[in-house]
Amino acid sequence: MLEKDIGLVENAIKEYYFNHFDLVSVPPKPTQREFGYQKINGGMIRHIAIKDNKELHLLLMKEIPSDVYCSNAYYSFPSMPMSEKDWKGADLIFDIDAKDLTLSCRNDHAIFKCGSCHDAILGKHSACPKCGSTKFEVVSVACKNCIDESKKEAKKLVQILDEDLGIKNEEVEVYFSGNEGFHIRVINSNYEMVGSQERADLVDYIMFNGIMPETFGIRKQNNFKSTLPEIGESGWRGRVATSLFGSKTRAPKAAKQIVSDGYLAFQVKLDEIRQTIGIKVDPKVTMDIHRIFRLEGSVNSKSGLSKVPCKNLDDFDPFLDACLLGEEKADIIANCPVQIRLKNKKYGPYANERISVPKYAAVYMICKGLASIV
Amino acid sequence: MLHPGIMDLAKYPFLAEAGEYLRDKGFNLEQLAHPDWAPLVEKAYGRIVVATSGQIYGSDKGPIENPDIEILSFIVAVILLKAAGINTLTRRFSLAEARRAERYLQQDLWSNKDKKNLELPLKIIQELFRVQVTVENEEFVIKVSDYLQRAVHFHEKEWKLVNRRVTGGLVYLTAHETVRLIRTELGQYINSKIQSIALPSIPETFKSRVQDLVQLATKFSDAIVVSSDHPPCVKHAIEVLEKGENLPHSGRFLLATYLLARGQTTDQIAPLFKNAPDYNERVTRYQLEHISGSSGKGTKYQCPSCDKLRSENLCFAIPDCSGIINPIQFGKKRKN
Repeated sequence: MLEKDIGLVENAIKEYYFNHFDLVSVPPKPTQREFGYQKINGGMIRHIAIKDNKELHLLLMKEIPSDVYCSNAYYSFPSMPMSEKDWKGADLIFDIDAKDLTLSCRNDHAIFKCGSCHDAILGKHSACPKCGSTKFEVVSVACKNCIDESKKEAKKLVQILDEDLGIKNEEVEVYFSGNEGFHIRVINSNYEMVGSQERADLVDYIMFNGIMPETFGIRKQNNFKSTLPEIGESGWRGRVATSLFGSKTRAPKAAKQIVSDGYLAFQVKLDEIRQTIGIKVDPKVTMDIHRIFRLEGSVNSKSGLSKVPCKNLDDFDPFLDACLLGEEKADIIANCPVQIRLKNKKYGPYANERISVPKYAAVYMICKGLASIV
Repeated sequence: MLHPGIMDLAKYPFLAEAGEYLRDKGFNLEQLAHPDWAPLVEKAYGRIVVATSGQIYGSDKGPIENPDIEILSFIVAVILLKAAGINTLTRRFSLAEARRAERYLQQDLWSNKDKKNLELPLKIIQELFRVQVTVENEEFVIKVSDYLQRAVHFHEKEWKLVNRRVTGGLVYLTAHETVRLIRTELGQYINSKIQSIALPSIPETFKSRVQDLVQLATKFSDAIVVSSDHPPCVKHAIEVLEKGENLPHSGRFLLATYLLARGQTTDQIAPLFKNAPDYNERVTRYQLEHISGSSGKGTKYQCPSCDKLRSENLCFAIPDCSGIINPIQFGKKRKN
């Protein structure tokens, strides 16, 4: 981020924290967690111990961090180096990000941002159409479809956690990540002590990875319809049945076909089904038992939106409910080739235009690298 | 308390109650030193030999005929092993005894699944390994977290949680699978029991068999052949970098830790990353030194397991990969 823009962004963040201490609080067992933060253009500062909300708020006011993190793990000595922390367990966490969902809308709002001439052009390119440079980054901006699809994944996840893994809805906290997805945290003592390797297997379960046709009743030879899953069965067998047959009336015919097609065809079919019924979470996040994860209530410097809890996913609109920075006008020069929608107002597209917009919109575009202060 | 009967002790002689039983019956070491007990020492020695050859003692026989002898021969075998003091033998014996007990546990679980008798096998599992097992419609049920902790050590796909029936936080297993799940722990439990025993001086009549055990152990010194070929995951990582394409962080980590484990230096490894789209010599060197443990906290990072690589979509297994659980094992074959 350019030096001249940092002032505006930090100001907006400071004002947000000052007015919204109620939204930013330490998670359960705060004294056992490791905290960390980043300042704009700065490196990660971690291994910090914070004992309560008061200390957290003091840090926010003093440092004005652009991003704040807190460990999912609990330690005896959270501020010691990693090898001496003494791991005591960790919440189960999941990250659902729209960029991992292979959505077709991504092409409509991906912006090519040249690393040399800093031009912003809509769509995906392998080199800058203007200066030919191959140094670039791809920026993605607010899209309702991305959010809707991420919500679907989050809902599927919450359902599997409940039905299959015995994690009740009250033990599951769903948050908007502050950018393009959702974070899910589970507070359930049964899973606290589960190690990294075990979490990798758990995440494969959730993503429906590593399935064997035998699990769903098809062996290499001698197959019968009777071993195939049935609609209404619990767990993945039931979900696979619904996906294979659609309805009970169609089941007998489809089952007969599956048995006659054999093992390899069924394997291909299961792989196809996986694309739709497997839940697309980022496996690295769940496997990591030492991660520092974005703190709820804090601002995400990729967008200026906040990580906020979603009580009701259906009604949740991140571009309204998580857009919490100030309303005063700021003058910026925007080069934003896509229209964005924040707090039910439309902004852009702008082609290197000098505009006066509310601070939240100015910060959003600056954070995305699509605007700069006048 | 478990309150096992004498037949139970014959099946599970590693239980603490077995020692108590023998004490109560008045057996002691001096008594066993008498030449009259020579056949027992032979039986105990045989029990070890069978175990070290990878077989299960008593598996070809029918029901247990003399429970006292079963218990005693186990105890004498432990004394012989303890006197020989060779860990390889003790480990092999512990695992074989675990597999023997596993057979009985499985039988006991299965044949008594609707009777009150089921208590003992379930209690053994619960008290020794803190796994709560319940029975539901002829299936054995354990918590997902208890299952994962144990099943991740198995590398067959059928043990992956996704290939299990999972409902309400519980995993449903057969009797066989339930005991298979705790085999390693059972082996470790027996091994640790043997390690923790304090041995007084052993009777003369035991000594020649102890010598034989020392001799037997020389057979098990490892002979390993190493091939110089890299596993497919590492080859893939090198290819991606050679093409100048982006290799994710986890792939770079695999490559670095693998090559370091194979004895290459950071100077030899660094040039491999030259073609990466975001190559920065200083950063690469810093990261390689960090991974190798020569900078930072001095932690030397290990090559990620095949399991982890599979989860990260970095595994491209070929038939030669069968039986390995970490890329660094690729191409290493035992001679015997």
